[in-house]
Amino acid sequence: MVMWLADPFEALGELQRALDSFRESNWLQSTPSGTGPYPPLNVFRKGDDFVVVTEVPGIKKSDLEVQVKENTIRIAGAKSVEYSDNASLHRRERSAGRFDRTVTIPVQIDADRVKAEYRDGILALFLARAEEDKPRSIKIA
Amino acid sequence: MAKSQQLAVQQKKEVESKEEKTVPARYYLPNTDIFETDDALTLVMEVPGVEKKDISVQLENNVLRIEGRIDFSKYDGLEPVYSEYNIGHYARAFTLSEKIDQDGIGAELADGILTLTLRKAKKALPKRIVIN
Repeated sequence: MVMWLADPFEALGELQRALDSFRESNWLQSTPSGTGPYPPLNVFRKGDDFVVVTEVPGIKKSDLEVQVKENTIRIAGAKSVEYSDNASLHRRERSAGRFDRTVTIPVQIDADRVKAEYRDGILALFLARAEEDKPRSIKIA
Repeated sequence: MAKSQQLAVQQKKEVESKEEKTVPARYYLPNTDIFETDDALTLVMEVPGVEKKDISVQLENNVLRIEGRIDFSKYDGLEPVYSEYNIGHYARAFTLSEKIDQDGIGAELADGILTLTLRKAKKALPKRIVIN
């Protein structure tokens, strides 16, 4: 892609502009089974497959639950914010609580080939597109 | 009580600074909690996606500057199809009202959370005064 050949300082700017243009599309429909829009998701295409990336800073790996079924993914967990005893609070911007989000991806996913990675507060789900869902080229007779 | 509360999405705030950056990329303000104990001031900042090597903490003239950079090369070859949040570096500066022991700054990064522990300088420690 030409987009990434630009100078390294420009690359992030390009990515940010590209992300802006995909705001407020209703590509991911919320489903009644989940509650709330946390965590916010970014979806990328990588070849035939999809990558779902979300920022969940402060959540331990063990407190995260990811489920995949057919073409829905569920991300649930809890975030806690703790202060040491007898601390006086100056500023409080981080929030704590539970979350449970279910989204439907508009393609079929091969649940056995889904990979999840969690590092530095970023959860990435690598969703492999189901073989039968991949577009097939048809020879014109 | 906090456990049962539903988490809401916090929109990222872009940095509005008097100084301009030389690079066109956007910077965001990390959500920060600050609390004080008897001997230290602790800052807890959310910097998801920033690696240890990409964080810089500077203390100069009582201004504490924190910058965390995203390694956007991880997004190489990924084509955005849907987006709910933007990705950017993090930057924030605080003017410290208290004297800090310059050598006593501890920094820790885990799960996208940067914890800075600023030990108060000896002379800034509160003195208990006993009333006779």
